[in-house]
Order: sequence, then structure tokens, then C-alpha cells
Amino acid sequence: MSVATELSPPPPAKIRLSGVNKVFAGPRGNLTALQDIDLEIGDGEFVCFVGSSGCGKSTLLRIVAGLERDFTGDAEVDGNPIKEPGRDRTVMFQEHALFPWLDTMGNVLFGLKLKPGLTDHERKEVAHYYLQLVGLAGFERSAIHELSGGMKQRVALARALAPNPRVLLMDEPFAALDAMTREQLYGDIQAIHAARKQTILFVTHNVREAVCLGDRVLLFSPRPGRIRREFKVELPRPREFNDAALAALSREITNELKTILAIPAPGVVAA
Amino acid sequence: MKNFIPAVAIFAALVAGWEIYARQSGASAVLLPPPSAVAQYYLGAMKTGELLDASLVTMRRLTIGYFIGIALGIPLGMLTARFKLAHNTLGVIALGLQTLPSVCWVPLAILWFRLTETAMLFIVIMGTVWAVILATDHGIRQIPPLYREAALTMGSRGLHLWCRVLVPASLPHIVSGTKQGWAFAWRSLMAAEIYVTILGANGLGHLLHFGRELHAMDQVVGLMLLIIFIGFAADKVLFSPWERFLHRRWGLRES
Repeated sequence: MSVATELSPPPPAKIRLSGVNKVFAGPRGNLTALQDIDLEIGDGEFVCFVGSSGCGKSTLLRIVAGLERDFTGDAEVDGNPIKEPGRDRTVMFQEHALFPWLDTMGNVLFGLKLKPGLTDHERKEVAHYYLQLVGLAGFERSAIHELSGGMKQRVALARALAPNPRVLLMDEPFAALDAMTREQLYGDIQAIHAARKQTILFVTHNVREAVCLGDRVLLFSPRPGRIRREFKVELPRPREFNDAALAALSREITNELKTILAIPAPGVVAA
Repeated sequence: MKNFIPAVAIFAALVAGWEIYARQSGASAVLLPPPSAVAQYYLGAMKTGELLDASLVTMRRLTIGYFIGIALGIPLGMLTARFKLAHNTLGVIALGLQTLPSVCWVPLAILWFRLTETAMLFIVIMGTVWAVILATDHGIRQIPPLYREAALTMGSRGLHLWCRVLVPASLPHIVSGTKQGWAFAWRSLMAAEIYVTILGANGLGHLLHFGRELHAMDQVVGLMLLIIFIGFAADKVLFSPWERFLHRRWGLRES
């Protein structure tokens, strides 16, 4: 393995979920977080999960990440059942989850150090590349608490990208950021996806964000969490968050989401 | 620096006041030895080498016992954090024995180990280990689950996960636990040295005890000051680097 192969896009992964159910056992009875999820995600596709809180969209992401074990149904990446977390599917969380005992460089190197076949020098080169990519060259030695919220999420993005995953899982990564920083990051994410073509699953409760980023937008409804509608977004890329066509489409989807949330689906009987 | 000179001046005035009062009041040197007498004791004890020998004996016991206590306490704390059964057994024992001043172990320690260095080490270890177990256990329990999950998705497992994620993540607690362990160990060693006098090597506590028996209060006060100084210096040497590290990385305030 070398820096060149490390930095070249890996073959993107196909994800297949069929008949996935997830039930959380609680003190006041069971809660069905996900019910009958059937979903195919193509190589290099950017798919956004949208829904209100508690609709199971994050749980589904965690199943793909391998962080949720007790579910029923099939979850596969390239035909291999998902059994545990792995470097081929890195996660960017809503809270940055950066390690405070390591500096910026140390955080980006964390996953790389676990990757066999690279020298220390090559690992540092790869880490530098990603820090540069997210616009943080020069902050290698900074402590995490010294960075702004937006910079922390950029480090988290660099850390998730550094092991060269085939799937990038993003769980409301920008929810805690201000609007200006968010819009900058929309541009960055689109550029990275255009260059590297990973398969990306992106969870958000912001419809416009989903329309701005996704090739496909899936609408979830809660209790039990199900996929209710899907929209293909065929607007040209790179997309601008404040674009009129984008705003029109997100209004349409938002209306749809409101309808879904207000009216129970046919066949669902209140328990 | 601006506050340094007035502070030194105040301390100098205090020592001078003490000296003058001790001489003028006609109080017995047994009740209030003047600083000059203490200084004289230092000079004499340095010449005979008694003071240096005793300091070395005490420091050796403390260092060895303390590090054994940490080396036992951190893994045991990891054990109680990881396994429910260990938490309900060893965790409860640790909680109980932490409240027992470890000088209470002296009678048993002497029966078990006779009047040997091992008995002293045992007392220091008993002073350290429980605080370190509890701090490590608590530190690991309060780690946000997110750190573990983030590490898992990057391929960290088993020993790597423990050594590179869980222990460093609980570092603020471990440092304050080892600091508390140090305070317990230092106090218990002094108590034990004053309490148990017949040993091959004399530590600072023994010298203090002899000072009492000889009514040599200049010696007692001299040793008290030396014990304060060593405690203070050890605190700086042992913990300042860690606290600076925590401050730099976590942004925690130095205490």
C-alpha cells in the first residue's frame, strides 16, 4: 500500500437492507424504532434520510455503521452481512466526538494508525492531505478545545475520511453549527463527494439541507420508524443552498413530510 | 514577580517576629524553639548525614509503595468498571477501605510482615490503591459512549481500545485520583513512621518521634518544615506535568 493508493478513491460500496426491524426494549414496554425497512443504495450514491426526531433515521444509520447489533432482517454491504463496525464505514457524529487527549493531527491519525501496510511517514502525509482538504492546514498541533464549532466538525470530517472509507455515514453533522459555517460545509461536502465518489448516507431533519446534498431524499415517519416516500433530486451540481429551484423542491418535500406526519398511513392501527 | 517581593518580605517578617518573640518572651525552647535553633538543628543533622539518610529512606518507601499502588489500582479500576461482579465486590471493598485511614493497618502489618520494609510498603499501598481504583472506575464510567463508538468505527478493538481510548479519556479522573492517593500515602507513611519506631532504617517520621522523646522541639519543628517541603515538592514534580497536559488538551483549569 502507498500514499497514492491511499489517496485514490476506493471502489464505492453498495448497501442493501431488507426487512430490517429494530425494537428497543424500554421500562414501559417495547418501542419499534424501525419497521420493515427495504432499501438499496447504489455505488457512490449520496442518500439523505429526513424525518422528525424519533423516526429511526439515526438508528438505521447506526445499523449500517455496525453500532446497533440486535436488529432483525438483512443488512449487507457489497453482499457481506454487517456484523460489526469497520474502517470501510466511518461515521461523523452530530457531536464531533473528537478525542480531547489528542491534538488535531492525532485525531486524524487515529484511524490511520490502525490501518496496516503504511509507514508512519505515509500516515502523516495522508493526514496532512485531509487536513488541507478541509481547510485546516496549519492547525495540526491545536488542541480540540481551541477550535471553533465549525473547525471541530471539519476535523471530524477529515478524521472520518482519512482511513479512505467506502461508505461515509453522517449523523446530523452540521446541526449544531451556525448558518454561515453550514453553507460553507455544504460546498465542501459536495466537492469531496464529486472527487472521491464514496457512498454517503446523511441523516438530517432539515429538508433543504437534504435536497442540497442528496441524489435521493428518503422521508421517514415515526412510531414505528418507516420510509414513507422517496424523492430523486436531479438538480445540477454543485448546488447552491439558496438556489430558487432547490428552494421550490424542498418546499414540495416539506409539504409532503407534513402530510405524512399528520395522517396515519393506511393499514397502521393505533396500538 | 510583582507579588513575589512583598510575599517574601511578609514571610521574612513572620520568621523575624517568631525569632524575636521566642527570645524576648522567655518561653522555654521546648515550647517554642526559635528559627535560629531550627536552623542550627538542620546544620548539625546535615553534617551527621542523619537528615539526608532519613529523607532518602522515607522517599524510597513512598515512591515504591505509591507506584505499586498505582500499578495495582488502575488495572483493578478498569476491572470494576468493566465487570458488574467486580464492581459489586471489589468496588464495595475499595469504597469501604478507602474510608479507613491506612495507619489502622499498622498492627496487622507488623504481625504479617514483622518489622520490615514490607510492612511500611504495605501501609503506603493500602493508602494509595483504593483511591486509585475508585477514581479509575469512576473515570471510565463517565466516558461519553460516543468516544467508544467513534473508536470502534475506526477499527479500534480490545487492548487498543482500552489503552488508546478508555484510559486516556478518563485521564482527568485518574490524575485527581492518583493525587488523592498520593495525599493518603504520604500522611499514612508519616503516621506509620511515628507509630512504629523499631526498624532497620529511620525515616523522617522516626526522627520526628525521637525529637519528641528527647524534648528536642527544634528537631520536631525542623522535621515538620522538611515534611511540608517534601510534600509540596513531590506534588509539583509528580502532578504539575499532568495538570499542564490536561490544561492544554482539555482546556481544564489547573487546580
